[in-house]
Amino acid sequence: MAEVALERVTKVFESRGARVTALTGVDLRIGHDEFVAIVGASGCGKSTLLNLVAGFEHPTSGTVRVDGAAVTRPGPDRGVVFQQSALFPWLTVRQNIAFGPSLAANRARTIRAPGVDQLLKRVGLAAFADHFPSQLSGGMRQRAAIASVLTIDPGVLLMDEPFGALDALTRSLMQDFLLELWEENRKTVLLVTHDIGEAVYLADRLVIMAGHPGRVREIVPVDLPRPRRYALQAEPEFIRLRDHVTRVVREEAAKAAAVEAESAAA
Amino acid sequence: MGSAATFAEDEAGRPDAAARRKRRASRRLTSLLLYFAFPGAVLIVWQILGAAGLYRRAILPPPSDIALVLFDLVSGLTGEAGRYSGTWLDHTLSSTWRVFAGFLWGGALGTLLGLLIGLSRVVEKLFDPTVQVLRNVPVTAWVPLSLIFFGIGNQPAIFLIGLGAFFPAVLNSTHGVRQLNRTLFKAAQMMGTNQREMLARVILPAAMPAVMTGLRLSMGIAWVLVVVAEILAVRSGLGYLLNDAYQFYRNDVVIASMLSIGILGFLSDRVVVFVRDRMLEWNRLESYDG
Repeated sequence: MAEVALERVTKVFESRGARVTALTGVDLRIGHDEFVAIVGASGCGKSTLLNLVAGFEHPTSGTVRVDGAAVTRPGPDRGVVFQQSALFPWLTVRQNIAFGPSLAANRARTIRAPGVDQLLKRVGLAAFADHFPSQLSGGMRQRAAIASVLTIDPGVLLMDEPFGALDALTRSLMQDFLLELWEENRKTVLLVTHDIGEAVYLADRLVIMAGHPGRVREIVPVDLPRPRRYALQAEPEFIRLRDHVTRVVREEAAKAAAVEAESAAA
Repeated sequence: MGSAATFAEDEAGRPDAAARRKRRASRRLTSLLLYFAFPGAVLIVWQILGAAGLYRRAILPPPSDIALVLFDLVSGLTGEAGRYSGTWLDHTLSSTWRVFAGFLWGGALGTLLGLLIGLSRVVEKLFDPTVQVLRNVPVTAWVPLSLIFFGIGNQPAIFLIGLGAFFPAVLNSTHGVRQLNRTLFKAAQMMGTNQREMLARVILPAAMPAVMTGLRLSMGIAWVLVVVAEILAVRSGLGYLLNDAYQFYRNDVVIASMLSIGILGFLSDRVVVFVRDRMLEWNRLESYDG
């Protein structure tokens, strides 16, 4: 339960004298328990946007607010699921999930999340509780990572290509799993993905971004009924939306490539 | 091929327990043979050459002579080792004690400084340049000064051994802190760690494998330096025994000492590896052959 607002956010990276505008004039409002996916060609600033909400980066101008308060640093109210599951390799699965709640900052918060054992069961890892992350498959690791974030009960869930490193079948299963979890316990979700089908399948709204400089190109509401199941991906409406978004993203990618070629020639 | 058929095949193809045990036993025997093949061959050739009388036996005594001398060095029963008869345990204890004393101060101080250099830019600027220059000075070059400062005895030996153990501990523990995965650091921040928790529960555990690698190198260097120190600065220990036997042309005792040092160094390394594997089970699982 939380609301995220980006107000005229601009982010400029400077390295060795070169200035790169990653984001410019981004206005975006994500409602309570809304599931928003951000898609766009690589280099359009979608990960930067997520890092700004997470508090890993600071906007050059503009403000990022969560429930009205400006974001200044990372914190447990905004749980992040990374592409490479960020599990501590020296802790077992159980210890990883118990890590967040044991921190002083979280003992001071009221956390309404299931206990460690319940979460282990929910993500199907009860039998692997005492295994180390290195002993798990990619999909299991990502489920453990999701559990370790859910356990600190963040109002906002930020996911940066969470299934990008998984094989196609596992990815598809993980999408269904994420849908189930989200339907049981709704949260505000911001999902960055390069998989347009995934974005349409999961989200309430899609934000299509354009690059050079990174900005919001189009916002597409996804009015597909919930709860959604795999069969939805064969429905004409799903396909129509996916094709529309794919066309826009491809257009933008072509434009970005042209800009890059031009600046390389100059 | 259907999956049901595959599973059935697996079931049928599974050997019974006795056959599996037998196979495992024969595999163990094969690897044991492989371990001993090379040193065994060297010993046999050496023995044949020595016994053939191609050169004077005293220059390079064959393994059988060395075994007899080593037996007397340890037990003092046959007098084969002459004036050194039965002195092995005293020398071994002296050397081992020096190695561990030097390893402890050098390894502990080195690890502490290395972690601090990795954690703090201020500490890095204060100490890192000095460390980087001094580590290029061979520890043997410190012998004259350490003799002048400490005189003959245990002190210069333990000083030199500790100095040798110090540098690998510094470098590796600094590296251990620096190589922390950025994503893990960000994940920990996101979870809400404060500074103390970040240090104790993220940075230090992540640095432990590198710290242990440093300590393993320190232990190896400690055994090298104990011999140097005992040749130059003390009148006991395996290094002293080796050098003294050399003066008296007892090459059998020299080689017996070398062998003892090799074995003790090997055993010390096993101790460090054992401690590491107990402490860092996760890291063993992650490594290639885990």
